[in-house]
Amino acid sequence: MKKLLFLLLALPTFACASTELKLDHAPVNVDDHESLQRGARLFVNYCLNCHSAAYMRYNRMQDIGIAEAQIKENLLYAADKPGELMRVSMRTWEAKEWFGAAPPDLSVIARSRGADWIYTYLRGFYRDDGRPTGWNNTVFDKVGMPHALHELQGHLAPVYRSETDHEGKAHQVIERFELVKPGKLTLAEYDASVADLVNYLTWMGEPAQSQRKNVGLIVLLFLGVFFVIAFYLKKEYWKNVH
Amino acid sequence: MEKVISWIDARFPLSASFKAHLSEYYAPKNFNFWYYFGSLALLVLVIQIVTGIFLAMHYKPDGDMAFASVEYIMRDVPYGWLIRYAHSTGASAFFVVIYLHMFRGLLYGSFRQPRELIWIFGMLIYLVLMAEAFMGYLLPWGQMSYWGAQVIINLFAAVPFIGEDLSILIRGDFVVGDATLNRFFALHIVALPLVLLGLIAAHLVALHEVGSNNPDGVEIKKHKGPDGHPLDGIPFHPYYTVKDILGVVVFLIAFTAILFFAPEMGGYFLEANNFIPADPLKTPPHIAPVWYFTPYYAILRAIPPMFGSQFPGVLAMGVSVMIFFALPWLDKSPVKSIRYRGPKYKIALALFVIAFVWLGVLGVLPSTPLATWIARVLTVVYFAFFLLMPWYTRNDSYKMEPERVNDK
Repeated sequence: MKKLLFLLLALPTFACASTELKLDHAPVNVDDHESLQRGARLFVNYCLNCHSAAYMRYNRMQDIGIAEAQIKENLLYAADKPGELMRVSMRTWEAKEWFGAAPPDLSVIARSRGADWIYTYLRGFYRDDGRPTGWNNTVFDKVGMPHALHELQGHLAPVYRSETDHEGKAHQVIERFELVKPGKLTLAEYDASVADLVNYLTWMGEPAQSQRKNVGLIVLLFLGVFFVIAFYLKKEYWKNVH
Repeated sequence: MEKVISWIDARFPLSASFKAHLSEYYAPKNFNFWYYFGSLALLVLVIQIVTGIFLAMHYKPDGDMAFASVEYIMRDVPYGWLIRYAHSTGASAFFVVIYLHMFRGLLYGSFRQPRELIWIFGMLIYLVLMAEAFMGYLLPWGQMSYWGAQVIINLFAAVPFIGEDLSILIRGDFVVGDATLNRFFALHIVALPLVLLGLIAAHLVALHEVGSNNPDGVEIKKHKGPDGHPLDGIPFHPYYTVKDILGVVVFLIAFTAILFFAPEMGGYFLEANNFIPADPLKTPPHIAPVWYFTPYYAILRAIPPMFGSQFPGVLAMGVSVMIFFALPWLDKSPVKSIRYRGPKYKIALALFVIAFVWLGVLGVLPSTPLATWIARVLTVVYFAFFLLMPWYTRNDSYKMEPERVNDK
């Protein structure tokens, strides 16, 4: 009886598995400072022209091992002082006119979209002449953003295949992509670079996350010791209660 | 020291209160696991108040600044992330603890005569807590905050005749906006906590007046020793203070494990969509309340609109919460504790728990025709637990409870 009850109550956890589109797994490691630094460089060079990260200060990058002097020298394109927030000069209404939607702030984008989504998205751009920008995306159909990293990845073009659905209608389905114009990086190198960038975005979503886990370990260790004391204290007091 | 205390005692009942409520407040000696959650609720309350005060020092209740000020707390305020996560995890922990505390009442008949008022004060606390959680959830001003509030406030608009005006009164505007944020802030940090504290005081005063129930449902005051203290009672302090400290440590281990290692709790405590600033022009595809409201939300969605009005669903949802108030008068069993009740109550309670949990799950998921039908069946089970209670508890078999409490 109790087992059955437990089963009925535990079932919901299995029922929650969702059926979303397949995303590639982003190899995130926010303790890998070299990867974060490479990601930070990519972010400042390629993203921070249209996208802001207006809750993030430049000098917070000291946490991932970039010295303040280096930040000043290499990463301050759009600001004067390292203590400033990562804002951009592009105005919202201009952006709306150019792209159809204002580019979202990226401070916490990894927390709203998830690392895997961004990782798949940034590797999912392909040529589509039907779009005003000439680009489309596998995980974000009719995306307003052009492929900002195209000089690194190169241009991918879809190869279509005809498929008949259950109603007998023919559809054009993307079968695979081919590289029609190579970029500065090989596709494997590009994947690694995007991984760095996604890693950086994940870190930037919550810069305190490593500290959080470190403090957490100390707190749990303390509570573990406290538990032993509390346990024996209770036992001592209760030994005469029958 | 003694001089100081006697100086105070001549002017304020310090020692007398300590005796009356702690060192000579006799509680049954057979409390089990389920009796930790009252003191834990008090602990979570303190966590929420303390972290809330520090959050209020940095938070800006302004439609243009609220979202940014939360991120400012997360990044630039020293240990701001800790304060914020403690508060957000505390909100969910509060409901975990309160639901278990209420379930304890259902197990051992803690709401039964002479503890009806304790139960009613407790239910009022639960209602205020729901309002507190709902209003607090708007403050981060993310997409889920905004649209969750929009959906819930629109429920009030479904009330016949006064609904429209009522919803405008709540929002302070025709849409959820800056005015709503400001009044929710005021209610969340001043008005409701005051009410909450008053109700908790009343809950405890009523409890200490009649004394605690216990897993056997035996009234320990019936058998007193020559010293006038219940034979089956032990002084709350030191016995239950040291025992509750143990409970507190175990709770804190679970609480801090979530706080430090999974503060989003897979999107159930902090939702991904709430990291997108509120946008009145962009409705998220799937709006679901936070997990602790989902059983009621599922009941709301299960009831189809009637006569072109959503009101029946809203009414059912309201009744599904309020019906708890009637429990002391619905239960006709001669015994309190589940240990001495017959199979009918046990089965009814099991079905109710299953219905409550599953409604909670369905309230999170997007609605499909199948899910809606399951929710309808579960809604019937949910209400049947209460409405049929006078019959199945009266006709149930039972064993007479013992005179004295069992040792274990």
